[in-house]
Amino acid sequence: MSAAPVRGDDVPALPRGVRLQFNEARGQWFLQGPERVFEPDEIAVEILKRIDGVRTVDVIARGLAAEFAAPEDEISADVAAFVTELLAIRMLERREPSA
Amino acid sequence: MSAPAPAPPMALLAELTHRCALKCPYCSNPLELERRSSELDTSTWLRLIDEAAAMGVLQISFSGGEPMLRPDIAVLVSRAVERGLYTNLITSGVGFAPEALERVAQAGLDHVQLSVQGVEDAAADHVAGLPGSAARKRLLAGEIARLGLRLTLNAVVHRGNVAQIPALVRLAEDWGAARVEIAHVQYYGWAVANRDRLMPTRAQVERATADLAAERARTAGRLVIDAVLPDYYASYPKPCMGGWGARHINVTPAGKALPCHAAETIPHLVFDNVRDRPLAEIWRDSAAFNAYRGTDWMRDPCRSCERRERDFGGCRCQALLFAGDAAATDPACRLSPLHADMLAVATRDSTADADAYVFRTPGRR
Ligand code: SF4
Ligand code: SF4
Repeated sequence: MSAAPVRGDDVPALPRGVRLQFNEARGQWFLQGPERVFEPDEIAVEILKRIDGVRTVDVIARGLAAEFAAPEDEISADVAAFVTELLAIRMLERREPSA
Repeated sequence: MSAPAPAPPMALLAELTHRCALKCPYCSNPLELERRSSELDTSTWLRLIDEAAAMGVLQISFSGGEPMLRPDIAVLVSRAVERGLYTNLITSGVGFAPEALERVAQAGLDHVQLSVQGVEDAAADHVAGLPGSAARKRLLAGEIARLGLRLTLNAVVHRGNVAQIPALVRLAEDWGAARVEIAHVQYYGWAVANRDRLMPTRAQVERATADLAAERARTAGRLVIDAVLPDYYASYPKPCMGGWGARHINVTPAGKALPCHAAETIPHLVFDNVRDRPLAEIWRDSAAFNAYRGTDWMRDPCRSCERRERDFGGCRCQALLFAGDAAATDPACRLSPLHADMLAVATRDSTADADAYVFRTPGRR
């Protein structure tokens, strides 16, 4: 299943049961799943906000590179590594690209 | 009160009811079960959900007993979702129509945790104390899949079924679970009364640990396998609840706010009721939450131990059970003077001649 390496045209999505939320009382972002609470850092939050089940890994990386004026290949590698890690623990899923 | 205000809890365990169709001999509910007539009403739970969210609680687990026996379950889930809480339902799968879950799913439930007593129906039904219960759970699993809910299979293991870990993981795969929890029985509540029928041998525990590692490797990337390990044969205790009054708050069906579900076994503690005091105030000021919060209450060997911020001296309830003193070092720790006694109890109980379980029943004292 998700053992296959992440490709640029993969479309990641937050599955049902996984939520990215800003908690007002704590003034902080959290990524939550079953018995899991992650406190994503700023970069992770920026990536997660763009994961919408429509954008591909490439599109997300390109957008981030443009917005933060960073080298695209570096950002691509970071995004792919991040997505791979979350797929392995089922905090993300692959969506079929809408043709 | 005690120094700085504590950070808010991460999770609220809402024990909606002690009612349950099953009679598991390891049930963590107290021996004295609350009756339906003493349960909190809907409006009190709604207020609690609001208060929890305002405090910065992140997750709520609706539990019991069987939380689906509350007719207002969908209303409560809906409010928790509205308030931005991550919602868990911890269910036995029995005592309600599988279709009842649809309303709860529509309310926005994030995650269902379905417990099983074993892989073979007859053996599982025997532990649950109800014929046909395993088949009911299978039906509910089908409904969970149909509704597209995120599922965790929750298996409590003990001497009678600890050899089934690989089969339990396969069952979880068959049911489309994304996560499995293999929980060795914790000896609180009803489990203490059944310790000589439930305690696994050391060899069984070693085998279980190896099975767990093999299953994790086999299912890597597909399934998350979490485990609650037995501590009777361990060298160090578990960091119980992530520290007393540090991360969790538990509200009983009758409204008592507890630092852990077994806290009521500690006789000198007095627990505030959410009917009388706001949740945030209880969390911050109540004597029961402050009794073992942080590390100031500790004595040696814990007080001077470098692991004290890691395991918080272990479990207070287990300390009480063995040392007769909840402020003692958890005997699961090899530095406890009672560590050898605990090991002796485990060894003796694990090879005891097991006769019938003491099943969970209302009214037993
Ligand atoms: S442990 Fe068994 S008896 Fe206790 S609440 Fe859960 S399903 Fe019911
Ligand atoms: S002495 Fe106390 S703090 Fe140290 S490892 Fe044992 S239980 Fe934990």
